[in-house]
Amino acid sequence: MNRIFRQLLAALLLTLFAGLAQAQANLQLNTPSIETLKKSMRERHAQLKPFLENGAVGLTREGGMALRDANAVPLPQRAAANSLVAAENADRSSLYKEIAVANGKPEWEGEIRNTFAQRWIERAQPGWYVQNAQNQWVKK
Amino acid sequence: MKEMLLNKLNLNALLLATALTASACVTINIYFPAAAAEKAADRIIDDIYDAKEGAAKPAAPAPAPAEKK
Repeated sequence: MNRIFRQLLAALLLTLFAGLAQAQANLQLNTPSIETLKKSMRERHAQLKPFLENGAVGLTREGGMALRDANAVPLPQRAAANSLVAAENADRSSLYKEIAVANGKPEWEGEIRNTFAQRWIERAQPGWYVQNAQNQWVKK
Repeated sequence: MKEMLLNKLNLNALLLATALTASACVTINIYFPAAAAEKAADRIIDDIYDAKEGAAKPAAPAPAPAEKK
């Protein structure tokens, strides 16, 4: 009885440590869907960059982008700018979801989005517009 | 009789350990690895932002031929 008890206790402790180790490991990012999203966002970034630089587009605090000053975009390009922003936001939402799913924790999607939102803003280049906690646009 | 009492104590301890472990597991499951997520975000953001200068990135130099006399 005592032996069985000790073995069971050892098994329980092992489970506990395995869980801890897993929680501290890096996030899994190497999946085909994440690669595809990254590639599409990388290609789109070249087109979005002029709009970020002239302040037409800014980074939202929800981890996306918004057309904040349509007047900064010449009228003929405005529809294109809008669809670029929409496509980027769709890709970003998918990215947050895919990362959560790739790590077996779909419920992390919101926290992953928040983390990305902070990092996108933190990493924004000087001159870009970012949204602050009061939803106001501020120039970095 | 004494052995039975001991067994009962062990069983109680086992139940307690199980309950503790189970609650610890719940805590782990809701724990969000914020540092790992930040690292992951930075890696992906690097990838996306660097693409604009990516073309200029030099390829890794090919290893020099080892043959030498």
